[in-house]
Amino acid sequence: MQTANLLPLILVIAVIAYGLAYMRSRSVAGPLGGIRNLKALPFYYAARAALWCAIPALIVLSAWAAFEGKVIQNLVVSSLPVELLPTSAGEASLLMSQINNVAAGKLNPNFVPAEVVGAADQLGALKAQSSQFKAVLVVLIAVLGAAFAWSRVQPQINARENVERALRWIFFACAAVAVLTTVGIVFSVIFETVRFFGKVPITEFLFGTSWSPQTALRADQVGSDGAFGIIPLFTGTLLISAIALLVAVPTGLLSAVYLSEYASKTARAVIKPLLEMLAGVPTVVYGFFAALTVAPFIRDLAEMIGLEASSQSALAAGLVMGIMIIPFVSSLSDDVINAVPRTLRDGSLALGATQSETMKSVIFPAALPGIMGGILLAASRAVGETMIVVMAAGLAANLTANPLDSVTTVTVQIVTLLTGDQEFDSAKTLAAFALGMMLFILTLALNMIALKVVRKYREQYD
Amino acid sequence: MTNQRSQAEIVRQSLKQRYRKERRFRLYGITAIAVALLSLVVLFTDIIGKGYTGFIKTTMTLEVVLDGEQMYLDDPTDKDQIAMADFQAPIIAALQRYFPEVESRKDVRELSRLSGNYASNQVRDLLKAQPNLLGTTQTLEFLVHDTVSVYVKHADNPAYSIRLSDQQQRWVDELVEQGVVTTSFNDVFFSRGDSREPSNAGILGAIVGSLLTMLVTLVIAFPTGVAAAVYLEEFAPQNKLTDFIEVNINNLAAVPSIIFGLLGLAVFIGVFGMPRSVPVLGGLVLALMTLPTIIISSRAAIKSVPPSIREAAEGIGASKMQVVMHHVVPLAMPGMMTGSIIGMAQALGETAPLLLIGMVAFIVEVPEGFFSSATVLPVQIYQWASSAEQGFVELASAGIMILLAFMISMNALAIWLRRRLERRW
Repeated sequence: MQTANLLPLILVIAVIAYGLAYMRSRSVAGPLGGIRNLKALPFYYAARAALWCAIPALIVLSAWAAFEGKVIQNLVVSSLPVELLPTSAGEASLLMSQINNVAAGKLNPNFVPAEVVGAADQLGALKAQSSQFKAVLVVLIAVLGAAFAWSRVQPQINARENVERALRWIFFACAAVAVLTTVGIVFSVIFETVRFFGKVPITEFLFGTSWSPQTALRADQVGSDGAFGIIPLFTGTLLISAIALLVAVPTGLLSAVYLSEYASKTARAVIKPLLEMLAGVPTVVYGFFAALTVAPFIRDLAEMIGLEASSQSALAAGLVMGIMIIPFVSSLSDDVINAVPRTLRDGSLALGATQSETMKSVIFPAALPGIMGGILLAASRAVGETMIVVMAAGLAANLTANPLDSVTTVTVQIVTLLTGDQEFDSAKTLAAFALGMMLFILTLALNMIALKVVRKYREQYD
Repeated sequence: MTNQRSQAEIVRQSLKQRYRKERRFRLYGITAIAVALLSLVVLFTDIIGKGYTGFIKTTMTLEVVLDGEQMYLDDPTDKDQIAMADFQAPIIAALQRYFPEVESRKDVRELSRLSGNYASNQVRDLLKAQPNLLGTTQTLEFLVHDTVSVYVKHADNPAYSIRLSDQQQRWVDELVEQGVVTTSFNDVFFSRGDSREPSNAGILGAIVGSLLTMLVTLVIAFPTGVAAAVYLEEFAPQNKLTDFIEVNINNLAAVPSIIFGLLGLAVFIGVFGMPRSVPVLGGLVLALMTLPTIIISSRAAIKSVPPSIREAAEGIGASKMQVVMHHVVPLAMPGMMTGSIIGMAQALGETAPLLLIGMVAFIVEVPEGFFSSATVLPVQIYQWASSAEQGFVELASAGIMILLAFMISMNALAIWLRRRLERRW
């Protein structure tokens, strides 16, 4: 039985267990003189039964579903005769997909060795067995759990405490998902990155100035060893992010100042949500806008004044990315400016300074650390942004500072390396994970610093 | 005295300049806002201008003689004959009746290119379904070829006619004049999956895929996020572990979305062997991505419930869990829901992580369940936008309009919920 079908089944059993335990708790309470003589309300006995029923069954089910595939695969491969055993990872995946396709009836069994057909039959049998076992085991556990809880519906047992403790643990587990996610991210990039550095030396990766990840299929092909130097990617990322920040920081900052100092209440109520709409627009829409409208416009404009511009210029991607982070900068600076104590502002105004003078020489210096923190957060946003650059920036890894040229970024390369045909284990695929790790470290560092700066700044005025 | 007067004089003289500076500063602020709002306006008008034609389809209505001899077909129930027959021939013949002068092979070929690539399939399917129609004359409506459609929709703009020869343009003009080629609301777009041919492609597959994915995201992220927020706000002891969890949540909120794609690829596909491109996997990855947003907004909602409520409940003997489950969570629910809807809207527009877990495949069928291959709205838009054909660009902008409509209505719902249900204490 499919995992997806077992879930509702467990739910149904849990509901039945709930109902049975509820009725039993009432019937137990009857001779004692009503439910007030139980240690807990019937609801808690029933809820405990449902929890006992569902949680162990769900844990077993998810563990089984997670490892079923791998275990069956290993069993099938180990049953193959020695001469068919794969010698490389590539062969192994080819063999497995052959077996899978035969088993699924997509591949004619006459085209493959008899052993593979045998393996496919075995695969099918194992799969059927596995799902039978799984279904029986899970249902058994659910029923046993419910039966246990049912037998424990006794007036002297405080079911409420049990249920509350269980809920607390469930809540804790949910909070721990965040930690698990982080661990998952770190592990998913670290293993592949280590393998990548087994193929390409770390110094070449960090300090190489050329990036062309096309590895040849045959050893004697021209340009057979790809170059994996990350520097052009980083300069490209920095160039585009810098353009974006050049657009977003002044615009965002000045609009925040205007909104908090000059704008009337109604203007603020209209303009703020409109600005925030810019942040709500999906990045793929910005990418579309950058690639099909802004980039051709910039190319034509550059041609008009006699400059040569690529049709996938860094400028187009950067400008549009800048528009995207305007609301980010403006809402962060708005918070920071409003956090400056009223007394500082009043003092300056009382001395006869104009509003702009107060802003420039009192509030702004006071808010500067917070604003810097906001800019760092915006920078980490820009560095990690993917869709705009995938659609509007190019693929050519040029080492250039010319904004009219085409550059590529870390995120673009991750997407290009991991979409389309991929062979696991090739340096090309592994490189994407190494890039992902660099990106993760970079954005994490930017965020940590930014959060620290902002927090310190807040504490100063609290 | 003279000294004092000169001081005042100096101030008065500089005043004009200072006021001018003040005005200039204000102007900077207004300019900044104008730039931001202008980009918003340009963005929207650009997309609407490019995309409104995506909601229009161009069809031609022809009197087709289903002549068996012409099609080399005398028994439509015979599979082999159906496979070999020429279903394009009756369409060409029907077109030739409008242009009897077309005779040379080259011209006929050009003429036949006016009809859409799937027109002959339409004739085939009709005959397969109703074999008795062989030999009769039927009035059939075909989608025109993509290039013709673009030409008709942008009749006033010569830039869109380059893919048609002068002769073809003349024919199309003639057909439009005679009312054979007409435009109407594009129902195809809302009733089909993707296709290689722009005029035949629809967005229904992507919409269904998005809905399925969002459902998975909601079912995973909302309970988990609320439970995590409740734990952190109400139960968590002040210790290193709690601090560590909080740092993790704050950092996850700022991790680039593409990293979550790597996580999905390496862990869910690589380690757990989940199938690629399915809504379950996409929903799972997006759930992990939105979780921090939901946790952070739910915590804010819980924080805003006044302590007096907790104290009152505790005062009449409720346990901590009862206080939370009976009072705090129901009161904080509107705020939690608002935050979650905004988080879901973000997830709906997210593209990058889904590209890495294979939701970018070309999928024609409308997905049927959580485990069938699917694509989602933003990825579909990305794919159309990366195609060279003009027809796909229209569809991409039309798709963007639909995506934005979904997002705006979700945000409006969130605002409405906040206004309607949130209490001020």
